[in-house]
Amino acid sequence: MKTAVIVFPGSNCDRDIAVALETVTGAAPAMVWHRDTALPDGTGLVAVPGGFSYGDYLRSGAIAARSPIMRAIVEEAGRGLPVLGVCNGFQVLTEAGLLPGALMRNAGLDFVCRDVALTVDDTRSAFTRRYRAGERVLFPVAHHDGNYVADAETLDRLEGEGRVAFRYAEKVNGSARDIAGILNARGNVLGLMPHPERRVEGAHGGDDGRRLFEGLVEAVAA
Amino acid sequence: MKLRIHVTLKPGVLDPQGKAIEHALSGLGFAGVEGARVGKLIELEVAEGVTDDQVDAMCRQLLANTVIENYRVERG
Repeated sequence: MKTAVIVFPGSNCDRDIAVALETVTGAAPAMVWHRDTALPDGTGLVAVPGGFSYGDYLRSGAIAARSPIMRAIVEEAGRGLPVLGVCNGFQVLTEAGLLPGALMRNAGLDFVCRDVALTVDDTRSAFTRRYRAGERVLFPVAHHDGNYVADAETLDRLEGEGRVAFRYAEKVNGSARDIAGILNARGNVLGLMPHPERRVEGAHGGDDGRRLFEGLVEAVAA
Repeated sequence: MKLRIHVTLKPGVLDPQGKAIEHALSGLGFAGVEGARVGKLIELEVAEGVTDDQVDAMCRQLLANTVIENYRVERG
């Protein structure tokens, strides 16, 4: 399966997520520069990586969300292409309008960099199908702006439609309703603050993140 | 033409930076500080002929995130 990783100036988890994708697909993803206007033909999955695109200028993810490649991604996502945004990638997806809400400065104002416990809330999506509902997993977080904010109506809708994929099982950043990751209405776009790509093999201290990629690849191949 | 775009957090959106500033002011011994909110000021230099609608579109599409922020355009 062909995968792609988007690279912005300031991305710093692009290699991590590329290694995770290569580990589960057996093929290196295409690294796609932000100025490109189209994804490689036959791309079955796109990852928008973590980092500090454009130095977080203006707002985290704001400038990256307006880059040429994001226009192509928004269009392809509308046709059902699976898109995974991790950390800064989640911020980019909200800024691009693919996911509702916004990610603001952590409530404690600190940059939080540690392993955190999450619960898997929904297991119907391609991203979460390999997890058990309510399962507790440990993923690393490393962010300053992970405090998820949306109006009450949006939060109710996300919960009502089973679109909260992951929740923090401990206090991390002040996120509304402990939201760590959400899906779009169609279920083909996931934004997630914690880093599953940093938990794919034993040497990482655990492999809780690996099933996210395995499930995704399995779903796309099906 | 010079424009000043004021971007502020919507009422009700928690502002941890504002809270920290409020606490720091109290810590310095200033009494009576009842709140602080942090926003942005963007100074734009635009050509004559750029319309209000165009400036509004700039604000909506990039300068402010209207999910969490309001904006106000000041001319001159």
